[in-house]
Amino acid sequence: MAELQFREAIRAAIDEEMAQDEDIFVMGEEVAEYDGAYKVTEGLLDKYGSKRMIDTPISELGFAGIGVGAAMNGLRPIVEFMTFNFAVLAADQIINHASKVKYMTGGQVNVPIVFRGPNASAGQLSATHSVSYDAMYAHFPGLKVIYTSEPADAKGLLKSAIRDDNPVLFMESEQMYGLKGEVPEEDDFTIPIGKAKVKREGGDVTVVAHGKMYHVATQAAQKLAKDGGVEVEIIDPRTVKPLDIETIVKSIKKTNRCVIVDEAHPFGGLAAEVGYLIQREAFDYLDAPVQRVTLPDTNAPFAKNLFDEWLPSPDQVIDAINTVTYRK
Amino acid sequence: MADKKKETEEVTFTPTGTGIRTNGEIIRSTELPEPTDKKHDELGLSDDDVIDMYDQMYLQRRFEERAMQMYQKGKFGGFLHLYMGQEAISTGTAYALNDDDDIITAYRDHGWGLVRGVSPKEGMAELYGKETGCSNGKGGSMHFANIEEHFWGGYGIVGGHIPLGGGIAFANKYKQNGRVTACFLGDGAVPQGALHETMNMSQNWGLPCIYAVENNGYAMGTAVHRHSTGEIVDRADGFDMKKMVMNGMDVFTVYEKMKEIATDIRENSQPWFVEIRTYRYRGHSMSDPMKYRTKEELEEYEKLDPVERMKNYLLDEDIIDEDKVEEIKSSVEDTVMEAIEFAEESDYPEKEALYDHMFAEDDYPFHT
Repeated sequence: MAELQFREAIRAAIDEEMAQDEDIFVMGEEVAEYDGAYKVTEGLLDKYGSKRMIDTPISELGFAGIGVGAAMNGLRPIVEFMTFNFAVLAADQIINHASKVKYMTGGQVNVPIVFRGPNASAGQLSATHSVSYDAMYAHFPGLKVIYTSEPADAKGLLKSAIRDDNPVLFMESEQMYGLKGEVPEEDDFTIPIGKAKVKREGGDVTVVAHGKMYHVATQAAQKLAKDGGVEVEIIDPRTVKPLDIETIVKSIKKTNRCVIVDEAHPFGGLAAEVGYLIQREAFDYLDAPVQRVTLPDTNAPFAKNLFDEWLPSPDQVIDAINTVTYRK
Repeated sequence: MADKKKETEEVTFTPTGTGIRTNGEIIRSTELPEPTDKKHDELGLSDDDVIDMYDQMYLQRRFEERAMQMYQKGKFGGFLHLYMGQEAISTGTAYALNDDDDIITAYRDHGWGLVRGVSPKEGMAELYGKETGCSNGKGGSMHFANIEEHFWGGYGIVGGHIPLGGGIAFANKYKQNGRVTACFLGDGAVPQGALHETMNMSQNWGLPCIYAVENNGYAMGTAVHRHSTGEIVDRADGFDMKKMVMNGMDVFTVYEKMKEIATDIRENSQPWFVEIRTYRYRGHSMSDPMKYRTKEELEEYEKLDPVERMKNYLLDEDIIDEDKVEEIKSSVEDTVMEAIEFAEESDYPEKEALYDHMFAEDDYPFHT
């Protein structure tokens, strides 16, 4: 094990996979000469050269599509978006092409591509830079979606994503790149796509939280354990699609209560989907209606006070836990 | 404060010089360049080659005429965008390129499938949505594909496949396999940002790709001069890309020029932007009443029919006689009718096939 920053864990995954497969290359804005907008790909240009570390112009639609075409024709591209907020311009290539080419051609071609980059908000950046896209992409068949919360998960799942023969969206967070964690160093360390993890054990309430919200949930759980004696079990889905609902349901059968924390808007997001699945799979086990903590149904504001109001906070999670445990 | 200019003219959002309705008159980007004056042997084509070219062109024509009839009889649904009038482009290109060069196109793709190994049976069955279709009944008219023979398919989002063509060329350059990619698009895709983003990267990176516009005069019902400013081919200038305009009604011209371009790309690994001027005889799709163009205009272009032109060449040059022409036609007719019979007798995909071809693995846990 080594203590790595999130960005170093991602870099290690890319580096190890590139070292063992010549067909893997990285393409995106500022990935090569600038060493990555967030230094994720630092040093890889020197190591792999400009054939395999490719700076693109600011043309998300174009280079996402070139990546898809290259994947169809035998390569294994890692396409970096400076943020998934900018990748909305590339959505046609992800949604209409990467996810559908195999199906439309009756299975004649695979599209082994990874689209990766930061997702959701990163502080006061106002409306266009703060959206969480994991549930939106998870809506579409043919795509796998990963949004991890810790460096070890990031490394293991990114390696699996790069080895996967399907299009995978791998989401990160600008605010987590400096976060440190213990990461296995073996070249063959991978984590299977589609497996959730029980990250904190507790018997009173199940909290489902992924990505940056995992850390918000953890803060709430620590505070509650200290102040009120409520023991929270935290499940990190890690993979949004395919979703490991079994692990979540198993926990709910133990705790009988559930709060979902999601850094997306409330309508049709992961919280809505998980809430539906829980009522279908564990209706008789619930002692309280499932609660969710999400962004409000508004755009991201800039003003500090409004932004703090907008982003899910540990206190909101505690409120929701108090609701499902009838402590208020 | 400056005086405001008084607006006296009625506000319109049509191109300068055009009225509210142009009544079908095509003004710009449609003048046909002269066809090549070379005979087939001067182009390195044998008698057998040109007979086969005619055979292939006539097959594409007859396949679609019969498909249209079957569609009108309600034998199958979906869209049906017919290629009739543009067969010289598919045929000339397929002959000009190597068999392992890559071709990708938009949704007007039947002719491209037929020249790249989609059999008439597999093509017709795909139109019918049968499991024996070239895309197992999953793609339909707009998504013919035969990837084994380097035909990467038809694509239904206007302009969406252009970056895919660039990516296929990117992979060929990466692997240094010498293959050239030909990415065809309609004039309606020219104003899409995807083309301009892809051209920019292609020129910057020296991708071995031909971006070829099949300019048939209309983006659905909007004439080319109403949807695009300037001459289409001049889009290349902004990227310092090599360019050419060619006559798309003459198969020898397409063959000669595309071969020259492919040779240049193989030598220099630089992309080309090509405008191939042509005409589509049918509507955008089957539901198109074609009110945006005149009967006279259609008739003018029908006089230039690439299939008839090829037939007349074969007869004028005494390569074949009328009897042989009839023999070819009758053989093609048999092939097409057999294809229809095959399509009608084939099964629809099994219900379970709904979940096939979604992912590379067979055990993906689908959400329910």
